Amino acid sequence: MKHLLSVADLGREGIDEVLRLTDNFVEVSQRAIPKVPTLRGKTVVSLFYEDSTRTRLSFETAAKRLSADTMTFTVGSSSVSKGESLRDTVETISAMGVDAIVVRHKSAGVPWRIAAWTDASVVNGGDGWHEHPTQALLDAYTIQSRRGSLNGLRVAIVGDVKHSRVARSDVLAFSLLGAEVVLVAPPTLLPPSLDGWPVSVAADLDSVLPSLDVVYLLRLQQERMTEALIPSLREYRTGWGLTGDRLARLGSDTLVMHPGPMNRGVEIDADAAGDARSVITTQVANGVAVRMAVLYLLLGAGPPGEPSAGDGASGALAPAEIETAPEPARA
Amino acid sequence: MPSPLLVKGGTVVDPRGSRRCDVVVQDGIIIALTPDIEAGAGVRVLDAEGCVVAPGLVDLHAHLREPGGEQAETVLSGSRAAALGGYTAVLAMPNTTPAIDCAAVVRQVQDLGQAALCDVEVAGAITVGRAGERLAPMAELAALGVRIFTDDGNGVQDSRLMRRALEYAGGLGVRLAQHCEDAALAAGGHMHEGAWSSRLGIPGIPAEAEELMVMRDLALVRLTGAPVHFLHLSTAGSIAMVGAAKAQGLNVTAEVAPHHFTLTDAEAAGYDPVFKVNPPLRGEADVAAVRHGLADGDVDAIATDHAPHAPEAKEEPWDLAPPGMLGLETALALALTELDLPIERVLALLSWNPAAIAGIGDRHGALAVGRPANLCVIDPEHAWVVNASQLASRSRNTPYAGRKLKGKVRHTVHNGEAVVVDGAAQR
Repeated sequence: MKHLLSVADLGREGIDEVLRLTDNFVEVSQRAIPKVPTLRGKTVVSLFYEDSTRTRLSFETAAKRLSADTMTFTVGSSSVSKGESLRDTVETISAMGVDAIVVRHKSAGVPWRIAAWTDASVVNGGDGWHEHPTQALLDAYTIQSRRGSLNGLRVAIVGDVKHSRVARSDVLAFSLLGAEVVLVAPPTLLPPSLDGWPVSVAADLDSVLPSLDVVYLLRLQQERMTEALIPSLREYRTGWGLTGDRLARLGSDTLVMHPGPMNRGVEIDADAAGDARSVITTQVANGVAVRMAVLYLLLGAGPPGEPSAGDGASGALAPAEIETAPEPARA
Repeated sequence: MPSPLLVKGGTVVDPRGSRRCDVVVQDGIIIALTPDIEAGAGVRVLDAEGCVVAPGLVDLHAHLREPGGEQAETVLSGSRAAALGGYTAVLAMPNTTPAIDCAAVVRQVQDLGQAALCDVEVAGAITVGRAGERLAPMAELAALGVRIFTDDGNGVQDSRLMRRALEYAGGLGVRLAQHCEDAALAAGGHMHEGAWSSRLGIPGIPAEAEELMVMRDLALVRLTGAPVHFLHLSTAGSIAMVGAAKAQGLNVTAEVAPHHFTLTDAEAAGYDPVFKVNPPLRGEADVAAVRHGLADGDVDAIATDHAPHAPEAKEEPWDLAPPGMLGLETALALALTELDLPIERVLALLSWNPAAIAGIGDRHGALAVGRPANLCVIDPEHAWVVNASQLASRSRNTPYAGRKLKGKVRHTVHNGEAVVVDGAAQR
């Protein structure tokens, strides 16, 4: 695989492969020195046109743990503020000989355009409202590692689906893995059309609450109020927030998830975020391992006959490293 | 004056029908129109064997970008593209910088048009700066020859202002043309709202944003009695409303653009802004309705909405890139290739209907002895592939690159001058 632009690029088998590799990289991350030489000599650039400290740090940590060199290109400190076009920026970065570009942009589709302009692998780190595939992969991994599998699980994605790249990628990933996805939101926060979406819709969180295996809360941007999408944050919390009351009606093994950053007191109350069923910080931890797996897939495992990562002996390092690990991540 | 021309061996098709006929042109005027004319000495023969000889095409909707957008197009380069596409007249839209909203800019574009390869008719803005706040000096512009007024690119949002503009224009004998888009409902949108926009995460423009303004303007036509021309209609609902209004005898006309009968919103899937246009590419049902309207007469004209943009502008991300597509060099071929219509109907849509709407039916849209020689020679069987880099426009933003088309302009004669010969612009 050359790029990771959409969850759809992976398909069921691709997702399974990433999740399998993630197991191994979780183990690497738990070592005293959480670093393998797999991508030594490779360069990974994070090209972030939109502020996202957590995603950028997660990718950069993943790249560093694989011994890749990392560079960061953020808008404020770059030639973009001097009016350079997206294409010129990408071609300039490519000319430096980079191997992967992780891109975050507020406009949907930018990773597709960039992929046409560079020889490097492109990883979609979030494009507008469209997709955020590594978030979906880490979410799937988090659920799978707690529940064994997503197959047959009932997952509610609650909140601002319309403007959410996380929701679009999660719907694809969760349904490919066999989960039953229900979107729960006021109609103003759903996409105008759900034609072709493998989901059901519930307007009311309370009616679905007891049946859920996973409740996934989306961040509610404050500006949605001014766009007449919801009357007030208070009304949103009352109808769709995971309050203490609702928490009490969740199943004992129901997982509470959120992509962060949270608006405590809006989509999620502090009690829920801190509850034993909440795996929100686990999601963040798994994010690094998932992104290691993705970078490894794109950069470290070339097709047979092509040189793979690093030089000579270290070529197939990741699998070898992993096999010599003290103990497997999963029995 | 250029040398006399003999257009020989073709079939003349104009509002009076089809017949084998040769055409002799002298001093810019058609002086003979009969079969089997022999070329005299000093006469330049334009071979029309196997071809249709038609009145020159008339485009009601061209963005020539001058003044202000010369990196994308000029009056001259746009007119060259037009001539290659078979056009002998184009209506230059007023959304230039500055806008064509005062006599000075009208005269500037008219002056630039003197050197053009086709007639450049000038559309004036309805409101000053196309800002939708107060009326442009329509009487002064009408006196300079402006026959169509529009804020194209914007619809006139204020219903009271639109009513006044219609009343005022009615008194001048000019026609208002509306870009139908309810700005509040369309706000923030960058493609047709539907399954594709929802999946792609691109904010949508619902069909109803167009239809609301069509509906309002039909009400204002009833109120004022003044005519309205509807620009680039794109939805099934719009076409149906205009059809019903015509059936009731309302004085309205409508155009559609080639991309609205050839492309759908599925083209957005690759995020290439070459497919971004306003009104946006719609769904399959809308495309079918547009085609139906072209066939049954609800739609009067095909207009290109030729909208050149420099390459760097179309390399912006989808939501930041400007809307618009090239059209002048592909419209006729798309109509011939994609529409299952007789050539007479295609030419009505591309030539004599728009000539009448633009108020230039005395110079364009018919072939007769004594009329200005504005004609094109079309080889309906000529197959070709669109190559963006070979277009005469200064810009490259055609959505049809690589598409196989059938039907091509062989020659174009503008005011007696052979401006295109054997598919090549002569200047």
